[in-house]
Formats: sequence, C-alpha cells, structure tokens
Amino acid sequence: MPAPKRKTSGGSAPLFDGGIRALNIGVAEFALSPRAHGASVLELDWRPPAGGDRDLGLLLARLEDDPDDPIGSRVAAANKQAIERILAAKPMLVDIGRAADNVKGLGPRHLLHAGPPIAWARMCGPMRGAVIGAILYEGWADTPDAADRLAAGGGVTFAPCHHFGAVGPMAGILSPSMPVFIVENAPGGTRAFAILNDGMGKVLRFGAYSQEVLDRLRWMNESLAPALARALRSRGPVDLKNLTAQALQMGDECHNRNVAATSLFARLIAPSLVRTTPADVAARVLEFLEANNHFYLNLSMAASKATMDAAHGIEGSTVVTAMARNGVEVGVRMSGTGDAWFTAPAPIPDGLYFPGYGPADANPDLGDSAITETAGLGGLAMAAAPAIVRFIGGAAEEAIATTKRMYTITLARNNDFGIPALGFAGTPTGIDARRVVDSGVQPVFNTGIAHREAGVGQIGAGIAKAPLACFAGALRELGRRLKVPA
Amino acid sequence: MTCCLVRPDTYRDSVELMRVAALVEKVRGVSRAALMMATPANRELLSGAGLLDATGAAAGPNDLVVAVAAVDRAAGERALAEAARLLDEQAAVSAPAGDKPVPRSIAEAASELPRANLAIISTPGAYATAEALKALKRGLHVFIFSDNVPVADEAELKRLAAKKKLLVMGPDCGTAILDGVPLGFANAVRRGSIGLVGASGTGLQEISCLIDRLGEGCSQVIGVGGHDLDERVGGLMMQAGIERLAADPGTRVIVLVSKPPAPAVARRVLDVARKSGKPVVVNFLGGDPAAILGAGAIPAATLEDAARAAVALARGKRVAAAPLAVAPKLAAAGRAKARRFRKGQSLVRGLYSGGTLCQEAALILEEAGGQKHTTVDLGDDEFTVGRPHPMIDFRLRNERILAAAEDPATAVILLDVVLGYGAHADPAGALAPAIEAATKAAAKRRRGLAIVASVCGTPADPQGLARQETRLAAAGVLLAPSNAQAARLAASLVGHRRPAQTKG
Repeated sequence: MPAPKRKTSGGSAPLFDGGIRALNIGVAEFALSPRAHGASVLELDWRPPAGGDRDLGLLLARLEDDPDDPIGSRVAAANKQAIERILAAKPMLVDIGRAADNVKGLGPRHLLHAGPPIAWARMCGPMRGAVIGAILYEGWADTPDAADRLAAGGGVTFAPCHHFGAVGPMAGILSPSMPVFIVENAPGGTRAFAILNDGMGKVLRFGAYSQEVLDRLRWMNESLAPALARALRSRGPVDLKNLTAQALQMGDECHNRNVAATSLFARLIAPSLVRTTPADVAARVLEFLEANNHFYLNLSMAASKATMDAAHGIEGSTVVTAMARNGVEVGVRMSGTGDAWFTAPAPIPDGLYFPGYGPADANPDLGDSAITETAGLGGLAMAAAPAIVRFIGGAAEEAIATTKRMYTITLARNNDFGIPALGFAGTPTGIDARRVVDSGVQPVFNTGIAHREAGVGQIGAGIAKAPLACFAGALRELGRRLKVPA
Repeated sequence: MTCCLVRPDTYRDSVELMRVAALVEKVRGVSRAALMMATPANRELLSGAGLLDATGAAAGPNDLVVAVAAVDRAAGERALAEAARLLDEQAAVSAPAGDKPVPRSIAEAASELPRANLAIISTPGAYATAEALKALKRGLHVFIFSDNVPVADEAELKRLAAKKKLLVMGPDCGTAILDGVPLGFANAVRRGSIGLVGASGTGLQEISCLIDRLGEGCSQVIGVGGHDLDERVGGLMMQAGIERLAADPGTRVIVLVSKPPAPAVARRVLDVARKSGKPVVVNFLGGDPAAILGAGAIPAATLEDAARAAVALARGKRVAAAPLAVAPKLAAAGRAKARRFRKGQSLVRGLYSGGTLCQEAALILEEAGGQKHTTVDLGDDEFTVGRPHPMIDFRLRNERILAAAEDPATAVILLDVVLGYGAHADPAGALAPAIEAATKAAAKRRRGLAIVASVCGTPADPQGLARQETRLAAAGVLLAPSNAQAARLAASLVGHRRPAQTKG
C-alpha cells in the first residue's frame, strides 16, 4: 500500500516512518483530526482494566512483555515456553487400569472430586450425591445414610482430582477401585487420568446413586474397562490429538459435543475389540458407546490435562493451566503460580433446560471439564460446533463470534486443531490471565447443568464464564513472586 | 522422478489436502502431486500411482505424506517446499473478515494494527499510567491527553521512554503536530522549517499560529507536558524532543517554550539545545534570560517574540530587539474606549481558557506595573472538575464576563479565543452574546468597558480565523494580533501607557 500523500514543503524527515499508525484509547473524538490528516487510527473499545482497580491495572502493565525489562522479558520467555509445550503435546491413550494401581498417591480411603479443594460441609448437592454413590460403590458403607455419616465424620479423605493428575466431569468423583483412562504426553513428560464416562441420564457424575447407577458402575468396572483395555493393548495407543483434530472438523468442540469423536473412537477400537472380547460383551460395549455421545468427553479431558500439565509450573508464566469448578467455587491455576488455586464463587450457567426445569433448580457451575477450554477446546472452539450453538443463543454466527472473541485472550493458535468455519484457523490456545484481566473478556465454558439436589441429575446445558477475580488473584500472586514494584 | 515429504503426527482434512495438492501441481516441472494421511490404504493408492518413494513408504497412519512426480530433483524440491508453505499458510490463515470484535486492550489492538507506532491516551488520569506503560513496552510513542497523572508516574514513564528512544507527550499538555498530523488541541499550521518543543499547550498553539501568520511553517510541534521540566521529571522529553529536531534535516530553527524550570533542569535542557547545532529560541515564561544567553540560545520574552525570532532565523535574518508596537489604528480605537471609563474603573480582568496565554498576560500586566489586575485560567483543574474544558464549553467564561462587567472597578476584560482541532466549533459565536450583554450592562450604568482579545488560530483552522475575528469585531471587541499585544493594549488602557515598550 502506498504511503498517504502529505504536504512536506519543509522537507522534514518524518518522526514516524511510513506515517502515523495510532491506537486511540479513551475519548473517540481524538481519533478524528489525526485520521482526517492521513493517520491510520484504530479505536479501542476501552474500559478501565481490572474492573477499575488501578493498582491491579498497573501490575498488569508491569507484567506486559518487554524485552528491555527484566520482568517483562521473563514473563514473555516463560509464556513462550508454555505455549511451545502446549503445542508440542502429544496425548496418547496408552492404557486403562484401576485408579488405585495407577494414580500415584491415591490412598485406600481417598475420594477425588472436581474443582478446587472443598470439604464435605461445603459440598453442593450433586457432589454429595456422587460421594454417597462412590462410597456405596466401594462398599465402605451399606446405605446412603451410613455413607453420609462416613463422609461427614471424616472417614473419607477428599482431594481435588487435579492434585493427582486427574480430571473428572461434573462432580468428578474418582474412587480407588474405579477404572481410569491413562493418557501419556511423552513430549511433556506428563500423565493424566480420567474415569470412564458413565453415560447419560441418571449417572454418578450428576449426583445420582440409585441401584441402577451402581450396577452400571460395576459393569463398567468388570466388563467395559477390561474389554477396552484388551482392545487397546491389541491395537496400540490411540493418538488423541489426531482424533480430536478430526472431530473438530466434524462438528464437535470436544466438551459439550463429542458425538463425532465418540464415533471415531468406537470405529477405531471396534476391530480389536471384537477380536479380543467375546461377541456378546463386545456388542454391549459398542451399544454402550452408541448410547453415550459423551463417551469421548473424559478422553478429551484427560488429553487436555496431560497437555496443560506440561505447561504448568514455569516461573513467570501467565498462561492458565487449569480451570475447574466444584459446584461452589471456580478455581484457576496459572503456570507461574505453582499449585495455588485462585477461586471465586461459581456462577449459575446460562443455558437451556430440559422440560420441567429452570434456573431456580440449577446448581452453580460444576466439573473439571473446563480443562478442555483451558486447552483451547470447548467454548473456545465453539465455532467448530455450530450444532450446539443453541446453548449460546441460536445463531451459528454467535459460535464464530465466541471463538473470535477467545482469540483475543489467548497467546497462540493450535494449528493442529483447525476450525473449518474459520478457514481452518487453529483453535485459540493458551489463555493469558493478563489478556483476560486487561480486556475483561472471560473464558467461556460450555457446560452441563446439574440439579442442585443430589440424585436428580442433568437438567440442561449451556455456558458459564470464568470469573475475572480468579485471574486477578493469580496475577497478584505472580506479582508478589516476581517482586514487581507496587 | 518421485519425491516425498513426511510430516509426522500431523492431521489435516482430506479436502484441504486435495486443495493444497491442486496448487502444488501448478509448480513448474511437476506433473502430479498428492497429499494424504499415510494410512495403509492411502499408501497403497500412492504406490499404485507411482508416487511413493522410500520416505513416503515409511510413514504411518498419523503422518501426513506429500508426494510429487517431477521432471527433476530441483522441481521436486520446489514442489515440496511449496506444499510445506501452503500447509503452514493454511494453518495460519486468519478468521474470515467481518464481525471482528472491536479490540478492548492495547495488546489486542496492536496485533490488529500492524506496526502501530503511537498511542493516543485520553482515559481518566488514574488509568493513563498503565495504558502508557503498556504502549511503551510495545514500542509505541505515547500522547497522553489525560490530566491528573501523578508526577511520579510521569517520571517513570518518561525514564522508560528515554531508555527506549520513544516520546511521551503529555500528560497535561494536549498539543502536538507530528509529521503534519495534529493531535489533541492543535491548529492547522502550515509545514515548514521551525520545530517546536513545549511544556505548554496553548504556548505551542500561539507560537505555531503566529509563525503561520508570519508566513513560515512548523516541522514538528512536540508538546511534552506541563510537568516535564519539573525537577522530578527533569525535562527528559524536552531533551528527547530537541534531539529529534536536531537530527531532522527539515528543521532549521528550534523553539522551546515552558514555565521557568529549576536551574539544574534548565542547564540540562539548554545543554542539549546547545549541542543541537541549530539556532534555538527559548521562552521560559518570565524566566531569567541569562542562562539562555549563556547557552548560546536566544531568549524571547513573549510567545510572539519567540515566533518572530524563529521566523527571522528561519529566513536567515537578524532577530529584532524590541517587540512590535501596537498598531496605531488599534491603539486609537482603544483610547476611544478608554475615554469613557469612569473614575474607579482601573482594573484589567483576564478571563482565559489557555493556561500559558493567561500566565503570559499576567506577566505583562504585572510588568506594566501599578495595580492589582486579575487573570484567571478557567482551564485550570479547579474549574474543570466535572465539566468540559473552557475551550469547548463557554458557559463558565460567559458567566464570568457578565460578572466582571457588573464590577465598577473593571475597565478592561481581556480574553483569549483559541481555535483549532479539538476546540469549540464557533468560539466567537459562543462568546459574542455575553460580550454584547456585558457591554450593554456597563453602558446602562454609564460606564465604558473595553473588551480586548486575540484569536489564536490560522486561516486554515476549521473555525476560520477571518470569520471568527469578524464576529468578535462586530461585538465591539478590540482585536490584537497576539496575546502579548492584547495584554499590552489592555495595560495601556488603564493608564500604563507603554503599549510597546516592555523590554525585549
């Protein structure tokens, strides 16, 4: 493009090589006269960063990339490394085994749950229901009342899944004898676990613990998991990155829509399954997959966890490595702030409800499944899944707008995950806590909605947004760690 | 011959791969190209087509294989390189245009406007520091219109800017004309060979307009902010501005304007000025000319003197020693008004919208001696809290004009009228009714009243200099060609009959 013509009667050397290209921050009128004189001016939709907290806004500015500044260069280098590790991740499903035998540090009376740490006394209804179900499943108590007393009386040790390299959808309860997917990310040296998805309707992850639920869990433990494990060992590890990439091009975002991915997985495992498992059992396994469009969710989550753990713990990095909800609070972890959680009250999702239910019945947002968003899938990849756009208002354009908005708070695009509707642009990857707080644009979670009472189960689906306070807290802590001047 | 390239562990949709293959086939010397995931079936297909070499044959189902048939190795390698380029380009392609979100942060905006080089910041003062810091870190020059930025913040920003060889213009001085592009409050001044650096917004406007009226033009007008020459900031940006003008082949003369800085700061600034190797005119409002002379620069007592000296130097002429006399016709018109003053009408009331213009008038009135005249800068922070600047909103000034006319001690109301970008669309039209009402009110009480003003503007300004002057003249205003002359005329009307003889 030729430079705009300007009067240069004085023969002055330009202060601005090639003309003025200005950002206008504040009053819109200040863009007018420079623009009228040939400058290109880009208007910002500016609002006070950090919700108007001046000190936090300044901290944010001091944490910005700057090659000439010790803090700015450190943050930039740390984030570069974090992004490289995320993009280089290669999560493979290598095995399926008992949690107790594989999850390091898991004690015999441990129950892992979704989200940041929470004690029994503060747990929400669906999580308590799932705890009761898991206690009954493990045989630590015989009746729901006895299970309740055991949990309340300290007979069970609770801890977040995330503290054990695991992730669980919704209540996310993981008990020692449950089977788990084992996902390995060799380039990052990480390993992640997730229980197997227990299906639709009345299921443990939504807090249901009826006999039907427990029977299904036992069948999963005794038949499903061993059959899948045999098939897997026979065919070799499954490349989950590759599978996710294909599913994104088939209309999944691999959080709230997994029908393509589940189908691909079933197709992929079927031959070795029928070769290694009696026909009637194999048929039941395939029927289970056929009836459960979300079966891949737990694989997507474990793959995302293995990916994001590789980027965790890099001093100075502002890349968000986990977002999770326990039904009471949303918790965020950032690469540069170690294992600390930064929490804020969990919102009620904004969504669509099954007949007979409404927002008054909804539990605040729940589950570790936002690990998919953390890895650039789910709500961030919404443009890949126009079929579930009803949850955010209806028009396919909104799905595209959502993903475009998410690009503004992420540091990279994952070119292995192309979105057809965006000209195969890669998914927004590497949420930068600075960008979130600076712009006020919150990461979007695609999420299921659980009934606030235990045992009722899923009553809808929709979206929720990660509270800004979590990211603000993480940045403040990073500021302290890096000794950023106040 | 056949060449293959394998991208391990890369998945791409087959339609996309076919598209890339079609483009690769267009490379000169290439007869066929195929891009496929290397599943056993696809490998067989490629092999059947004679497109699989040993490299390709070793690929697995999760690998992407690029296979070409070419006339020679060079053509094959060109084709493989083109395929690699297209694959990367495809992956990096941005989202289709349209409904792009409006950027909310500098980081976001900077990625959208490639090679952005300036941030114009007019946020509330509490947030300006953070925005400026982010802009500087991205290598952008910064123009801060915001006021109420703490001086400590300003010092930090300017230290960083100096380190990065960037300019921070402002805060508290919303005027600049950079490469002919006006920022903030600025006038349509022709381009020329005189470069201005100033800590004072209206000071720069007045000097640049007078230069324009005298037939010369400005290379750059750099407003560095009202506190730049404060000891805590140390004149960092004035020094940076001088250095830029010194290096600019189009700048022949440099003009500096500011309130008198602390001696240490003045020494540093004047030292840089001396090193510029160019003639430098300095107006340190009411400051001691000795240090300026000592540094080999030319002191100017008023903004008008500075403009005249700069124009003379730009034309290679000698700088006149004495300021211009008030034109005889204007002086006579003034005397006619003064004859109607009653006993006790002895005061000049300066009601200003420009801080530097106000200060200059105060100095001239004080120097003319005698009485306690008053000058008020209505653009000062104490008047602008919760209301627009008096260059935009004339209500406060109009109230003050009427109140001054009611005061039996008022003989002269002295005004500035600032034109240019950012200012009111018709300042004369906004002032004239109040001026006429004030004149009428004085006449009703059988008092004379002189309204003296100067218009800071150029013929090219959006408001039109001639149109503005005509309207003011029709309202009975005595119009001086500069603020300094207006102030001298005002002083002469209340008995200090030295309209032209202040020391030069």
